Amino acid sequence: MIDLLGYGAFFMSSALIFGLIALGLNLQWGQTGLFNVGIAGFVAIGAYTSAILTTPETADRIGGFDWPILAGWLAAAVVTAAAAAFTGFATLRLKSDYLAITTFGVAVVVQLVALNAQSLTGGPFGVAFIPRPFASLQDQPALFNFINLAVIAAVTIAVYLALEHLARSPWGRVLKALREDERAAISLGKSARSYRIQAFAAGGAVMGLAGAVQAHFIGFIAPNGYLPTLTFQVWAMLMVGGSGSNRGAILGSVVVWAIWVGAGAFSAAVVPGDWQARAASLQIVAIGVMLCLILLWRPQGFFGPHGLFGKRRL
Amino acid sequence: MNLQFIVDGLISGSLIGLGAIGITLTYSILRFSNFAHGDFMAWGAYGTLSVVAAIGALVGTTAPMGALSFGWPLILAAIAGMIMTACLALVLDWLLFARLRDRGQSIIVVMASFGASMALRSLLEFIFTSSPTYFSRGIQMAIPIGFGIRITPDQMVMLATTIILVTAMHLFMQRSQTGREMRAYSQNPSLARVVGIDTARVVRATWIIGAALACAAGVMVGILVQIRPLMGLDLLLPMFAAAILGGIGSVPGAVLGGLIIGLSEAAAVQLIGAEWRAAIAFAILMAVLLVRPTGLFGRAER
Repeated sequence: MIDLLGYGAFFMSSALIFGLIALGLNLQWGQTGLFNVGIAGFVAIGAYTSAILTTPETADRIGGFDWPILAGWLAAAVVTAAAAAFTGFATLRLKSDYLAITTFGVAVVVQLVALNAQSLTGGPFGVAFIPRPFASLQDQPALFNFINLAVIAAVTIAVYLALEHLARSPWGRVLKALREDERAAISLGKSARSYRIQAFAAGGAVMGLAGAVQAHFIGFIAPNGYLPTLTFQVWAMLMVGGSGSNRGAILGSVVVWAIWVGAGAFSAAVVPGDWQARAASLQIVAIGVMLCLILLWRPQGFFGPHGLFGKRRL
Repeated sequence: MNLQFIVDGLISGSLIGLGAIGITLTYSILRFSNFAHGDFMAWGAYGTLSVVAAIGALVGTTAPMGALSFGWPLILAAIAGMIMTACLALVLDWLLFARLRDRGQSIIVVMASFGASMALRSLLEFIFTSSPTYFSRGIQMAIPIGFGIRITPDQMVMLATTIILVTAMHLFMQRSQTGREMRAYSQNPSLARVVGIDTARVVRATWIIGAALACAAGVMVGILVQIRPLMGLDLLLPMFAAAILGGIGSVPGAVLGGLIIGLSEAAAVQLIGAEWRAAIAFAILMAVLLVRPTGLFGRAER
């Protein structure tokens, strides 16, 4: 029983980390309309920043500065926000497609750096021994799982409340105005480009923080944790939840992660060994088809304010 | 510095350029950047491979032509593959893109192409597994042509094929009625409709040309390198960079952009090492976006 609860805590922790990334994406896409195809890259920037700063000193690579975990998380958010701000600065005066292409490029380059800058990132073997919060409790697995869940849930709730507050603040109202009538907002003296860069950077900060939280939750990172599949999962989560809604982003993450884990466990039990890799690719096909179907039939998602279970319906 | 990089760069550049033609046409006519374009390449290559295998099963093994690594079945199969890839693009447009395009939000279409690309790629991994495969496992001797440069017969034929395809494309866009309609539609869709241009036909032509050229590029990558489900994804960033560098909507621009990127990549491999190759396209893309977002031959967007 306690094992099952422990697994439940582990599952929820993983799902809420996705929820955090989806919250960041919701600020960029749902509230500002900025298309980010390089989520995996921004998450990786956060994860590697915090990992390099907080790990104990190591001989074979730069870094290992032994910073406190919270400082690492803060730095992850700041560095990722800077990377996102630069991406936005370069592309947001152009048509929105250019941002999409550039973020795609960011993910490619981050992957490349993670793989090849061995002296900084540990190359294909990644960074190990990332300190875990409350590591002294590690010999009591169940308790440790729950403490982890509590930490991650606390971060998620804090970010959720901050984003909700931000959406209602004057700053958030300018974003809304830009979304609904760009010309009117510009005529009131609001610089569309500058507000969009700020929103893209803030969303990036949340993604970077999520990457750092995940790195410290698992204790180990490697380049193959940040493949395009990650980007894709987060998009599916936000679209299922309903873009524009922070609550939807979190609920969508839990639901899609449950489907993903469930489908994985199902195919592991049913599919013979030599077909496992193929079954895994079919899982991705299913999510891709699902994303397209949602775009066609339910672009508002399922859990947002306009969704199935929302207060008001369209 | 060894001058061999010129040949390597011209060849990978012409492959990138062929793919970028489809991207630049989709962008300027259908108004969205198609993230599934790389997967058309991979599907074309695997489609061609399947037809080659089918021909092999029917008529037995055939001797390769002259010094080349392949025989007539591959040429036949490549044409079949181009038709199949064009059908794939048209079906995808009918099922997905056309419906979303009608709603008028171009960025939703981009997202759909992203979802479709993931599904198409993983479907290839499901059918053919992710391990690489080849049209031919033979090794070709490279012929020295002076200045320390060597080139294989396959590479020469691929370069010639690219030149023929690009010239044909250019003449088609400039001289044929359909080509003129496509250019008119890309410059001003509403005016094009007013003068009686059949929009559906323009859209169809765009998909067929883009997909067929993507298939041709995919088959060439298959002949010169290898066939993998991820081959299209790996070329996507260089192709986007080439289309933007050349100026969106310009066919010669896309090819020139491809050649510039191919040559810079090949030069960079010698200077900073092969592992950083993929970063070159990104660096060029950022430089173009910051300095001259309209590209070499592009017009300012209205």
